[in-house]
Amino acid sequence: MSKINRGRAAGASLAVGALVALDLLIAVSIADSAPAQAQAPSTVVIKNFMFSPMTVVVKAGTTVTWKNLDGEPHTVVNDAGLFRSSALDENDTYKFKFEKPGIYKVFCGIHPNMKETITVQ
Amino acid sequence: MSSGLPSNPSRRGALQCLACGGAGTLFVLVGGVLAPLDLALAATGRSPSAGAGVPLFLQISDTHIGFNKEANPDVAGTLKQTIDFVNAMPMKPALIIHTGDITHLSKSEEFDRAAQLMSGLNITELHTTPGEHDVTDGPGTEYFSRFGKASDNRGYYSFDHQGVHFIALVNVMHFKPNGLGGLGDDQLTWLESDLRGRSSSTPIVVFAHMPMWTIYQPWGWGTGDADQAFSYLKRFGSVTVLNGHIHQIVSKVEGNITFHTARSTAYPQPTAGNGAGPMPLKVPSDQLPKMLGVTSVEIVRHPLALSLTDTTLG
Repeated sequence: MSKINRGRAAGASLAVGALVALDLLIAVSIADSAPAQAQAPSTVVIKNFMFSPMTVVVKAGTTVTWKNLDGEPHTVVNDAGLFRSSALDENDTYKFKFEKPGIYKVFCGIHPNMKETITVQ
Repeated sequence: MSSGLPSNPSRRGALQCLACGGAGTLFVLVGGVLAPLDLALAATGRSPSAGAGVPLFLQISDTHIGFNKEANPDVAGTLKQTIDFVNAMPMKPALIIHTGDITHLSKSEEFDRAAQLMSGLNITELHTTPGEHDVTDGPGTEYFSRFGKASDNRGYYSFDHQGVHFIALVNVMHFKPNGLGGLGDDQLTWLESDLRGRSSSTPIVVFAHMPMWTIYQPWGWGTGDADQAFSYLKRFGSVTVLNGHIHQIVSKVEGNITFHTARSTAYPQPTAGNGAGPMPLKVPSDQLPKMLGVTSVEIVRHPLALSLTDTTLG
């Protein structure tokens, strides 16, 4: 995942459409290559102005937890308006339970160049 | 406060001063060109040509009330120092403008604490524009319930004072996908109509939180649709654009438009691209007051000019 993440970060200047496509590709490749990993990551760490991992695949009904490790606050905001955390100070966490399958795009409302994608199966 | 700056105002000198930090530098704006003066000269009350300017307003920024990390565990204390400095000024303007990030986490108790501290200012009129830290709870909430009245909850508004037209813009509610700030179409339409019919000789002061020109795109230090705003502003003979957000002074002159960012009263941030992101910068405690401060702006009438003075707490 870390390699994928770095590649994804390097592509941060790509158009949004391309990023979505890339996210989908990554999501698909994870699903194909690692079906045995039932314990998909449901914790997202926010550090150095990045969501890590930037791509998360979970099953419907999973609660994802975000934890901010930066001294600067961040927020967790869904671009479709489904959820929005308050400002998370250092070590604060936010949880959201994903009930329905779909692709959820998330960004930081304070630093909107910080993005991630949650795929719910 | 002392300054070894050249006493002959020159553009080159101004750039040199900016490069070395510019603490205690007086910038005089004449015809859109900033030029530095020795602060000792300014302290005598003599301005470059026609006598002392009239205090027009003060700018404070990025007070970040609620922040308590090692970069400055006492942001209330440094704001109080700033207020004490302002209250001790011999000639105070009637206005103070806060260019956003009043609070760190948009919390109700942070706004209350900030209001309590700023009520200690001996200045009659406070104007504000929100920073992204003030509106993390979305539109129409804590910030707007306190400061939304002047703008019918839009956040952007304008007013006139001493013949100068002031425009408060909000660029932290419509971020661009690349992380730059944004004004949005509604606000741009409002700005166009606000300026329509005004004489081009009216001095304009624009204030907004995020820089109105792109200082560093990877960190979102800019406003994606600012060009549209400047297409309405460029016909005016004197436009001064004041921002915060980056916790350090960066300045630029383009035609008749002078851009200037203010220091924070809370903590410094790294220079563009220096580190993982624009996070609080820890400096030795004796250095901190030298990196915090306030900007004061005077108006000189004959010839018409605005002068900007940046003063640090240390």
